[in-house]
Amino acid sequence: MTDLPLAHHGQKKLGLVIDLDLCVGCHACATACKEWNSGGHMAPLTDFNAYGEGAWGVWFNRIHSFEEGGPEGEGAGARTVHFPKSCLHCDEPACVTVCPTGASYKRAEDGIVLINESLCIGCKLCSWACPYGAREFDADVGVMKKCTLCIDRIYNDNLAPEEREPACVMVCPTKARFFGDLGDPSSSVSELVAARGGQDLLPELGYRPVNKYLPPRRERRSSPPLDLAALATAEPETAGNALLRWVDRLLSR
Amino acid sequence: MHPALSIVFFTTASGAGFALLLLIGLGVPLGLLPADPLFGLAALATAAALAAGGLVSSVFHLGRPERAWRAFSQWRSSWLSREGVLSVATFLPTAIFAIGWILFGAISGVIGLCGVLAASFAAGTIYCTGMIYASLKPIHQWHNRWVAPNYLALGLMSGFLVLDLIVRVWVPRPVGTATLTLVSLALAWYGKEAYWRFIDTTSAPSSVASATALGRGGRVQMLEPPHTEANYLLQEMGFQIARKHRIRLRAVARVAGFAAPALLTAIAVIGSAGIGALAAGLAVASAAIGLVVERWLFFAEAKHTVMLYYGAAAV
Repeated sequence: MTDLPLAHHGQKKLGLVIDLDLCVGCHACATACKEWNSGGHMAPLTDFNAYGEGAWGVWFNRIHSFEEGGPEGEGAGARTVHFPKSCLHCDEPACVTVCPTGASYKRAEDGIVLINESLCIGCKLCSWACPYGAREFDADVGVMKKCTLCIDRIYNDNLAPEEREPACVMVCPTKARFFGDLGDPSSSVSELVAARGGQDLLPELGYRPVNKYLPPRRERRSSPPLDLAALATAEPETAGNALLRWVDRLLSR
Repeated sequence: MHPALSIVFFTTASGAGFALLLLIGLGVPLGLLPADPLFGLAALATAAALAAGGLVSSVFHLGRPERAWRAFSQWRSSWLSREGVLSVATFLPTAIFAIGWILFGAISGVIGLCGVLAASFAAGTIYCTGMIYASLKPIHQWHNRWVAPNYLALGLMSGFLVLDLIVRVWVPRPVGTATLTLVSLALAWYGKEAYWRFIDTTSAPSSVASATALGRGGRVQMLEPPHTEANYLLQEMGFQIARKHRIRLRAVARVAGFAAPALLTAIAVIGSAGIGALAAGLAVASAAIGLVVERWLFFAEAKHTVMLYYGAAAV
């Protein structure tokens, strides 16, 4: 049913917290996601023309890059922010309620938004209803696909307990991604969100996303601009060493 | 938004078909239209062909058309499902109304009631079509108060135009339907102009800053897209139409969709029976072209919020 499950006090809300201060935009999370999910719950993530020009295909995670601050059209003085984006497993997921077949659903037990592929008619309305672009149509299979929060990892008894995390979280080399229960105010992810002022994306649309983004810290350590002219005429760093000074004179002759 | 031809054809054709059904289902039991069973055959067959043709066309938009029947299940939350249920439900009273009227010449009592029932289901179907779009919050050009009334008004207008043409076989100079056709044209034109004015002067409340939760350190702009090639999102939601084309196509929609049909209908009112039938036929043809352009623009001019993540400054 595409009716949303009734929320109750202490509702489990599994989701991600993404630290925009730590993300370096390496795309490892997107690659790990593609690798795991190509054989996972929503497999295959079809690619078309994968090795030629105009390659395109289904990805659940994409890494955008933005600039914050600085003058119009100029990179100078701006901060580069890498911005990974995947399904936010919203509390008010319009992608679920618009679904005419019941293929889209939000799980009552943990809040994960999923698609039952065998019910999907490929009408694409859910992708229209998602402002975040979390859903991508698999034109080969004719059904919609989306992030499962690695439901086949996080509950997988065949994996070691420390590996029961979404692939994107496991792989992140800077540990910019955190996975946990955002419905529990005492969970480590909830405390992180509270401490760092975690934000909703597009809060004005009222989807109430579960995933939170930690904005970059305001203070920046900026070094004084380089004086290139001074550098060019500066004494070489060999100034202190008598032998090197003599070699320098010899070579400068 | 990418204007899929199957959806453009579906919404225009079934809009006209269900509106025609609405007019017949109300007009005949009330005695406002000819009671001749042959008129019933012509009018109901046209309405059913337009409505069903549109519905069949919509199925071609699906990735898995063989599962289309599943769309009848989620009417409690989904406007698309409601539209599916109502559109099919309309055919049941329509069938009883058609059998009673065409085969037995009955237009009152239970048969008339079925006509009214078919009319209300048909109106509901057109409203649901509008609400599918009006309920989508990420698309400012759809999620506004003009969209559902526009769908109803444009549907009624096309229904009246077709009705005015068919009825001329039975009534040589149908001043009543022609006048109402003119009124519906004026209403629909006004609604469309108001819609265009609305989308030209407003944009979504969302911005790149609200989409990224950035902006405390100054203005936010895209530095790099996530990939060099296209993806589904860009193909489906990233459709853009150049300003000069938009202005020209709006002019085509205005002239072919509203001005010409109005002029032709006015000629039909004052002209002889023959000229009237010819003018009414041309009005239908012109409106069909105009409405297809109008519907194509309805998609092409719609901007999806997700494009804020792909370099759009506003949606």
